[in-house]
Amino acid sequence: MSVLVDKNTRLLVQGLGTAGRFHTDRAIAYGTNVVAGVHPGKGGTHLRFEGETDHSGVPGRPDQYEVDVPMFETVRDAVEATGANASVIYVPPFGAADAILEANDAGLDLIVCITEGIPVQDMVVVKRAMQGSPSRLVGPNCPGVITPHECKIGIMPGYIHQGGRIGVVSRSGTLTYEAVKQLTDVGLGQTTAVGIGGDPVNGTNFVDVLKVFAEDDATEGVIMIGEIGGTAEEDAAAWMAEHLKKPVAGFIAGTTAPPGKRMGHAGAIVSGGKGTAEAKISALTSAGVVMAQTPSDMGAAMLEAMKRAGLS
Amino acid sequence: MKIHEYQAKRLMAARGIAVPEGRVATTADEAVAAVRPLIEAAGTPVIVVKSQIHAGGRGKGRFKEHPDLAGVTVVTSGLKGGPEATEADVRSLAERMLGSTLETIQTGPEGKIVNRLYVEQGIAIARELYLSVVLDRESGRNLMMASTEGGTEIEEVAAETPEKILRETIDPAVGLADYQARRMGLGLGLTGDALKNGIRFMKALASFASEMDTDLIEINPLVVTEAGEVMALDGKMGFDDNSLYRHADVAELRDETEEDPAELEAKAFGLSFIKLDGSIGCLVNGAGLAMATMDTIKQVGGEPANFLDVGGGATTENVTAAFKIITRDPNVRGIFVNIFGGIMKCDTIANGVVEAVKQVGLEVPLVVRLEGTNVELGKRIIDESGLNVMSATDMKDGAQKIVEATR
Repeated sequence: MSVLVDKNTRLLVQGLGTAGRFHTDRAIAYGTNVVAGVHPGKGGTHLRFEGETDHSGVPGRPDQYEVDVPMFETVRDAVEATGANASVIYVPPFGAADAILEANDAGLDLIVCITEGIPVQDMVVVKRAMQGSPSRLVGPNCPGVITPHECKIGIMPGYIHQGGRIGVVSRSGTLTYEAVKQLTDVGLGQTTAVGIGGDPVNGTNFVDVLKVFAEDDATEGVIMIGEIGGTAEEDAAAWMAEHLKKPVAGFIAGTTAPPGKRMGHAGAIVSGGKGTAEAKISALTSAGVVMAQTPSDMGAAMLEAMKRAGLS
Repeated sequence: MKIHEYQAKRLMAARGIAVPEGRVATTADEAVAAVRPLIEAAGTPVIVVKSQIHAGGRGKGRFKEHPDLAGVTVVTSGLKGGPEATEADVRSLAERMLGSTLETIQTGPEGKIVNRLYVEQGIAIARELYLSVVLDRESGRNLMMASTEGGTEIEEVAAETPEKILRETIDPAVGLADYQARRMGLGLGLTGDALKNGIRFMKALASFASEMDTDLIEINPLVVTEAGEVMALDGKMGFDDNSLYRHADVAELRDETEEDPAELEAKAFGLSFIKLDGSIGCLVNGAGLAMATMDTIKQVGGEPANFLDVGGGATTENVTAAFKIITRDPNVRGIFVNIFGGIMKCDTIANGVVEAVKQVGLEVPLVVRLEGTNVELGKRIIDESGLNVMSATDMKDGAQKIVEATR
């Protein structure tokens, strides 16, 4: 079992520039079922991906792959022709918000936006437009979503993942990889790893992902990686204390970060003094989360949380 | 990106938001030349001379060279002595302020050099209020905040009398609705013309924030004049750097003399860099990992010299530039490169490091930890370069190695 993506996911890629093509190739090498591409001016053509299979991905495939991905002018055309049910967006920042809106309009179940640097006000509009939408947005400015050995959507290196027992949710891309690798190294593995992205306004938040992990039978424990700023971690702590019965480990980055570097002081007022690493660590600890002291201790913290729950 | 008060006021005036009349001056002569036209336009001989720096608290701030001189000074000599007296006082103020160092609660003890003055008409103030627009991360929308405590820092109001802060969340599909502006105006105790003008002001400011991509607008004080006008007596603005591509008029307002030269250079190469006080230079990909690297260095007994996120799209040239910026800091006694490749490929980092060392040499210990996309290729490039590099198995191992090497 897994959440959000699995071997039945039919992926559409929006934006096949240099980065989009590179990571689409990596995804196909991993075994992800990429069924369509959308790129302006490329409709009606095919894009060929070929190379050596990444055997850390979907098992039982030949050593070489050769895939021709059909290209479309619009997301709606691509969905009608191929039955795609998820999209990943590599469109540059100025067009990325529109790409999300187009994917939302086409009714995809899952929209994963990798793009970094989207203007905040664009995301304010996107979030408003997606209110009540059945589509789920993950990101932007995130590494993506992966279910080991089934489906890789995004820019994470595939080989560090190992199918297993832990759900991973993180605001930071590279720290997600740290957590994943340590879970693999300690033998716990992952059910699904979700990077929700570090932007101030995003789609799926910690609580949304915790809810799906809570309902997933295969996910025995959860690791959550946050960072300073905002109150998403505090909200997650409050929700977990009430609703989540599974063991949770956590880490918060930014204990030593200099305060107030990013935003003027009026921003801090909104969150009423929340948002510091100390506040987040204390909220999570109170909710029963086993906190890793350094980012190198995340795997150990998860083992400890599992042990306390009698699941080791 | 932050801009100066006079720039913020020009942008507001261009969109019909009420501000006092004023002129910018970079010399004493320009400041004096501003006086008569302002007196004529405003009908009052009172003039205010305001230092333009990217920091608040200017009114209470003092110049290092002139400890009795405030960063914002009101000239009232014209009430008795006519325009000549005003001009003489403005000249004397401008000569002392320009080129001097203003220290305020927000500049830190080093202060900031004043290169520009804003010469403004005096306003007959009836009330001083506070108004701001910021992003509220919880709702994912802009939030307007107001209070009756104009002139006071908002942190102080939040700490002592939080009930005095009024809030309205702005729906991007609607903007600030009339009823919201009215509710806020009434909450501020506005009546009659002042209420009408206040509503107009608030609605215009809310549109400004969403259309101009500000990440902060703070009007402190927002004043109600004796005639019932509502205007921005001060204006502090910051813009979303990611939106500047569509606001060329705002992008050109950047005052590079207000920014740290190393941070500015880093920005030109797409790097996110913040200078710190320690001795261990860090080159990392990803903001979260960069913060966690700093945390780890501190936990094993070292002090980071910087925060540096090379970002996802960095090229070999960007990485080379990053390495150069780090090594230029004389406090740096060791460098820790910590990369977990995703969108960033390890070979790109390795090539950048090798290229930088070729160009600028390497006089301090270097620890490199590579993991992720193209890791084998990256390690091979480092190995074959012949550089004197210690490799690390993970982040903590790397932090310990670099801290020991610099002891």
